Amino acid sequence: MSSIALPAAASPLDPPAQGRPLLARLDPRSRVLAALAFAVGVVCCQSAPALLFAGALAVGLAILARLAPAATLRRVLAVEGFMLLTLASLPFTMGGEPVFTLLGFTAGWDGFHRAGIIMLKSSAVLLATLALLGTLDMPALGHALARLGLPLRFVALFLFTVRYIDVLYREYARLRLAMRARGFRPRASLHCWRALGHLFGMLLVGSLERSERIHAAMRCRGFDGRFHLLDEHRPGRLDWGFGAVQTASLLLLAVLDVW
Amino acid sequence: MSAPLFQLQDIRFGYDPDHPVLAGVDFTLAAAERVALCGTNGSGKTTLLHVMVGLLTPSSGSVIAFGRERRRESDFHEVRAQAGLLFQDSDDQLFCPTVAEDVAFGPLNLGQSRAEARQAAEDALAQVGLDGFGHRVTHKLSGGQKRLVALASVLAMRPQVLLLDEPTNGLDRDSRARLLAVLAGLPQAMVIIAHDDDALAVLTRRRVVLEAGRLLG
Repeated sequence: MSSIALPAAASPLDPPAQGRPLLARLDPRSRVLAALAFAVGVVCCQSAPALLFAGALAVGLAILARLAPAATLRRVLAVEGFMLLTLASLPFTMGGEPVFTLLGFTAGWDGFHRAGIIMLKSSAVLLATLALLGTLDMPALGHALARLGLPLRFVALFLFTVRYIDVLYREYARLRLAMRARGFRPRASLHCWRALGHLFGMLLVGSLERSERIHAAMRCRGFDGRFHLLDEHRPGRLDWGFGAVQTASLLLLAVLDVW
Repeated sequence: MSAPLFQLQDIRFGYDPDHPVLAGVDFTLAAAERVALCGTNGSGKTTLLHVMVGLLTPSSGSVIAFGRERRRESDFHEVRAQAGLLFQDSDDQLFCPTVAEDVAFGPLNLGQSRAEARQAAEDALAQVGLDGFGHRVTHKLSGGQKRLVALASVLAMRPQVLLLDEPTNGLDRDSRARLLAVLAGLPQAMVIIAHDDDALAVLTRRRVVLEAGRLLG
């Protein structure tokens, strides 16, 4: 990888670039676009060989991103768990050549095939997304979306949420603690529901007041409704190279699928 | 002697007309002067600072800042660049995900290019002794670091005056000492909301007390 290197960090305001996994050195925009292209490409595929190839690509991305194997597997299984019911019912509803009979219901080969395809698709897309976007920090994701042309208002909403969700949670935890300190225990009673109503009402009022103070502080620093972005990353050779490999892989995927 | 930075004349303000918070405040801040603003809780110290930068509009009286009378919102845009207000709760002030963006927010709003804003942010962070903190995530900083970053975000606009609302509030002894050392090394004129027993009094020459809506010298 020594021949393909990003330009040295432009300023001490940026985190150091060296020693990070290949995917982490890509421009966040490349990662968002790559994840989107991969997801759309894979969802359009129908044949088993193409999807096996997509799965291999996703595993490759996960390796490039140096994802922790155990944690990643847990996440993928958690999503498969959600779909278990659908996957398990498919063999009994799709018909096709019978494989076995359970309590008078016949499981058909077509259903197994379909369930396998769905599982492959979802696992591949999930794994690729975890590799490309899961390792991206939220501010970087927000800025990438802004640079890709998402309206700044949405990006600002997203970034404010990232910044203040923790402040809001701490406020909630403080109020909950104060309630417990005075003997509050959640039960199914009118008193409890009213107390919880007060808690959330208080959080809303507190957030509104905080937003007014934040707005005042922003006005003090010359805010006039427009957001300016500080970072000015440009896609480097690494990004173009990655984009080329990605495009070639997706084309190969399409060929495999049609063939 | 040069013209005063701020001149407040007979300022009156109340959130509720029956209970005025400020009932005829006169205040003058001379160039390079450092003033401690004291008073009990709820006496209107924060309100007074907010009136000075136009976040609150007084019901009567005049605010003359940097040689001009300021009335409308647009008059105060320049004032806010020249007089940096440090809020009591740094979580209100630091709203960007990363330190660099937060400190560069003011300079970018003033129309500086990204390169200039970056430079201003780096300089301001160096001034408060936080070199290399640019890429840190704001909400993961300690209370003392947040306060210093908030101060840097104000300094990045290169103001002539600092309006500090209880700057050491809620800080532990070490963070407090560090902030005091940073403030002592700054050239700006200051109005500092402080308590009588506060170490902040060391930074100031003059002390005024807000009591029953009036300022006592």
